[in-house]
Amino acid sequence: MARRTALYDAHRALGARMVEFAGWDMPVSYAGMLEEHRAVRDRCGLFDVSHMGEIDLRGPGAAALCQSLTVNDVDRLGDGDGQYTLLCNERGGVIDDLIVYRLAADHWFLIVNAANAAVDHAWIAAHATPDVTIVDRSAALGLLALQGPEAAAALGTLTSLDLRTMRPFTIREATVAGHAVLVSRTGYTGEDGFELVVDAGESAALWDTVLAAATRRGGQPAGLGARDTLRLEAGLPLCGTDMDTDTTPLEASLAWVVKLAKPVFVGRAVMAAQAAGELRRRLVGIQLDEPGIPRHGHTIWRDDRQIGVVTSGTKSPTLGSFIGMAHLEVAATPIGTPVAVDIRGRRLPARVVARPFYRRTSREASHANS
Amino acid sequence: MRIPDELRYTKEHEWLRIEGTDGMIGITDFAQDALGDVVFVELPAVGTVLRAGQTFGVVESNKTVSDLFAPVDGKVTAVNEGLATQPEVVNADPYGAGWMIRLAITGDVTSADLLDAAAYTAHVDSEQAK
Repeated sequence: MARRTALYDAHRALGARMVEFAGWDMPVSYAGMLEEHRAVRDRCGLFDVSHMGEIDLRGPGAAALCQSLTVNDVDRLGDGDGQYTLLCNERGGVIDDLIVYRLAADHWFLIVNAANAAVDHAWIAAHATPDVTIVDRSAALGLLALQGPEAAAALGTLTSLDLRTMRPFTIREATVAGHAVLVSRTGYTGEDGFELVVDAGESAALWDTVLAAATRRGGQPAGLGARDTLRLEAGLPLCGTDMDTDTTPLEASLAWVVKLAKPVFVGRAVMAAQAAGELRRRLVGIQLDEPGIPRHGHTIWRDDRQIGVVTSGTKSPTLGSFIGMAHLEVAATPIGTPVAVDIRGRRLPARVVARPFYRRTSREASHANS
Repeated sequence: MRIPDELRYTKEHEWLRIEGTDGMIGITDFAQDALGDVVFVELPAVGTVLRAGQTFGVVESNKTVSDLFAPVDGKVTAVNEGLATQPEVVNADPYGAGWMIRLAITGDVTSADLLDAAAYTAHVDSEQAK
């Protein structure tokens, strides 16, 4: 049977439709995916993402372990800073994408995908030096994500932490409505927002309080369905769907994450060769010229030759257009390249387009992109 | 959940409204609720000849693609063009404005495969119990 987060009863009480995701029984929607999507774009939405994994690394060797296993540069992080990064295998394939936080020089904290938490933990443990202690805290911790332009205002009513001074990807210890919480300015929706790490035993009480604050700002609970359309509009890849262990970061168009100036990290040789010109395919955004929803596995064609495959797609709730992500041969990746997507035997005209499909325009956005 | 008495139903959750020798077809209230927000509907061309049980199109929500099955033999005489731009009507009014195709019926509408409202209600109850 699928695992349940500590909020399972709360979701049922809110009338959530539950689905199995990554071995967890999770809310896919409450009032409806489109309504929840719009709430997050216009006001705010609260997500239970407690299925995600948390891994603690402690000890004098923790920083060096992070630096050798991830592709980004953790030397750039001070206490309370985090960064988006990738865990790759020796072939350069993406094992997982994650956020790594430096809580202290000898205490690092990883938030990883639910489906990969056990694999990540085993991979890190297998590479660890004796001066690092690795603890999978996934079962002990809950994770809530409050996302949207009203998120800061809603959360601000519950804590004395000065949220306005928090830069994106920073993390702070705080008391939120009486609960000891790690608050980070992160998310997976393309909006401003925060994620709250809390002891699993307190997550139901925290959920109720944060949901009440969000509701006062016009917000509502939001499920994994809206989370998927929100992240797609924001052009954010989903690990396991848009990239996997057979995809390198460069092929996933995540070259900006890879710091080749670092002399040593797992997978570096393959990535350096690809950066030097051996890249054959790459993840791009596509938009259909006619109605139709591109789905994972649909093939992409040009001049009657298959040149790629769709990895995810949807009808964009915000834009109304039919969008997706696809792996294409590099020759077909320039913006504007005409292609055709095979949807159940029909070839629909489409174009390569820039990501993100949607970019927020609020004041916070300029900070987030700086 | 609405299951109108005057309609016939398939186990795949299409409804059939018989009007003389014509049939209107759509998906049920249960089906639209299970799908969630409908974002795309693909329908056949007018003139397409369908056999009972044959797929005639698809209905998609963000998470799911579902085939549409013909309840009875017939020839498509009209399709609901409005669903191309307003697929959400399927959620709002599944038995009315959310209709999908009209058929000139050539098959047997007394087939045991077509459920009456009571039998369909029992079918839905058994699906929900799963």
